[in-house]
Amino acid sequence: MRLWTLTFALLAALIVTSLSLGAASFGDDAGWLLMVSRIPRTAAALLAGAGLALAGVVVQQVVQNRLVEPSLTGAPEASMLGLLLVTLIAPGMAVAGKMLIAAAAALLGMAGYLALAARLPREDPMLLPIVGIVYGGIVGAICVYIAWATDLMQFLGAWQLGEFSGVMIGRYEWLWAIAALAGLLYVVADRITILGLGEAQARSLGLDYAQTRALGLVVVSVITALVLVTVGAFPFVGLVAPNLIARWRGDNLRVNLPLIAVGGGMLLLTADIIGRAIRYPFEIPAATVVAVFGAGVFLWLLHAAPGRRHG
Amino acid sequence: MIEISSLSYHAGPTPILHDISTRIECGGITALIGPNGAGKSTLLHCISGLEKPSSGSVRINGIDPFSVPHRQRAKTVALLQQSPALVSRLRVRELVSFGRWPHHQGRPCRADEEAVDRALVAFALTELSDRTIDTLSGGQRQRAFIAMTYAQDTPWMLLDEPLNALDPRHARDLMARLHGLSRDGARSIVIVLHDINAAAGWADHIVAMKDGRIMAQDASASVLTEETLRDVFDTPFELLQHKGRPVVVAR
Repeated sequence: MRLWTLTFALLAALIVTSLSLGAASFGDDAGWLLMVSRIPRTAAALLAGAGLALAGVVVQQVVQNRLVEPSLTGAPEASMLGLLLVTLIAPGMAVAGKMLIAAAAALLGMAGYLALAARLPREDPMLLPIVGIVYGGIVGAICVYIAWATDLMQFLGAWQLGEFSGVMIGRYEWLWAIAALAGLLYVVADRITILGLGEAQARSLGLDYAQTRALGLVVVSVITALVLVTVGAFPFVGLVAPNLIARWRGDNLRVNLPLIAVGGGMLLLTADIIGRAIRYPFEIPAATVVAVFGAGVFLWLLHAAPGRRHG
Repeated sequence: MIEISSLSYHAGPTPILHDISTRIECGGITALIGPNGAGKSTLLHCISGLEKPSSGSVRINGIDPFSVPHRQRAKTVALLQQSPALVSRLRVRELVSFGRWPHHQGRPCRADEEAVDRALVAFALTELSDRTIDTLSGGQRQRAFIAMTYAQDTPWMLLDEPLNALDPRHARDLMARLHGLSRDGARSIVIVLHDINAAAGWADHIVAMKDGRIMAQDASASVLTEETLRDVFDTPFELLQHKGRPVVVAR
């Protein structure tokens, strides 16, 4: 209970800071400013962070490797590729349709990564993230080529570097779907934990392995698409939040999934606050702040952890 | 009883198991021995319903593990795969509790908690129950995984090389525990062993495999002959008797 009291105190402090920080100052229309901009922005950062952290832990359980997260499986790049193609072929498509295409593309991208990963020897935990970086790089390069050739670099840039300055009421509400997906993941938390025991063990326990894995990956794809289309891509959130929580609290997701979600939300909100404060009144994208911090934590993980498996 | 009839298994074009037909009676410990690549693990996976045979059938206590619901299968047979040495940060008690998952599917009741307690006691893990798996020694980790398999409370426990990476003391300790647990007839254990003397010392029955076929199967004393072992392992052995127990020495 003390844990949750502290967590909520910290969360409340971050929310108050986020609500009171920005280029515009509170005047007579403070309520309007809060409603239209500050509250949506704060909620967006929390929801996106929670979603990315949950997506991270699901991917880690599926591939049984702590050093992997959706952005190291080619999912965001594949999603961008899908969005670019939609923009070219059917520019007038409704947002829901674009989301669907983005999610399907992310799922395809991850399927490609998993097919590659299945052929890798599992002894070296570093191989999976390295192959993920290369794979994501290749898909990303295809995106850049298409965007360059079709004069869509501006779109691509907005997706690649996630930030929250454009979040306003009416422009971020899709992210609330993440709250529903988080609820769904909590319902199947035991199943996701069992996935992490490996296929043979999971199936021996009577888990429908293929179905559970598919459910997990679909959720990851939808979260990736929701975040990407609404606020852009953020590296490392899915890596950092689950790893810090696992270090501290263990791997039982029935207990820790809420903490992972809240931790991811706080991480991204903190990054956004730092990005707003550091060169006030100008802003640095939250993705940039997260990348600096996340890279540091990633290096620490590499140094301290042998990954998920060792002989 | 496990009944296997005309079972063949191919991994792609490579044949692994050839037309195996046999029965394994309930009760006690049945050891699967044989050289590397004999198909022991594959046979275990086929029996447990995890690898579908290319042809032939498996019946375990009368049920076909491939046609019954996953949950029913998981209440009949539990498999511990070879070296599940993942660096999990689950606590020992949490891991063992997952053995109850086929019974409660996420809503454990009192009986499940008691079964977990019994498994922790049976494998001397009570003191370690709050430790995370990645902080345990190899022997403790292996015990924790076997305790999970035990907590699954199935009439059949299939263990794939559980003595891997265990020192002699922990290997002996584990075999003694399994032997004790299989005496009442309610549990039947099929275990893949590389240490022939562990099989000689603790198994009631031995199935000797080579090149995807069963070479010999009988009560332990009958299978452990110099001729059979030489044929199975392609290397000469000497069979000694020590305090009434057979001891196998590679020549």
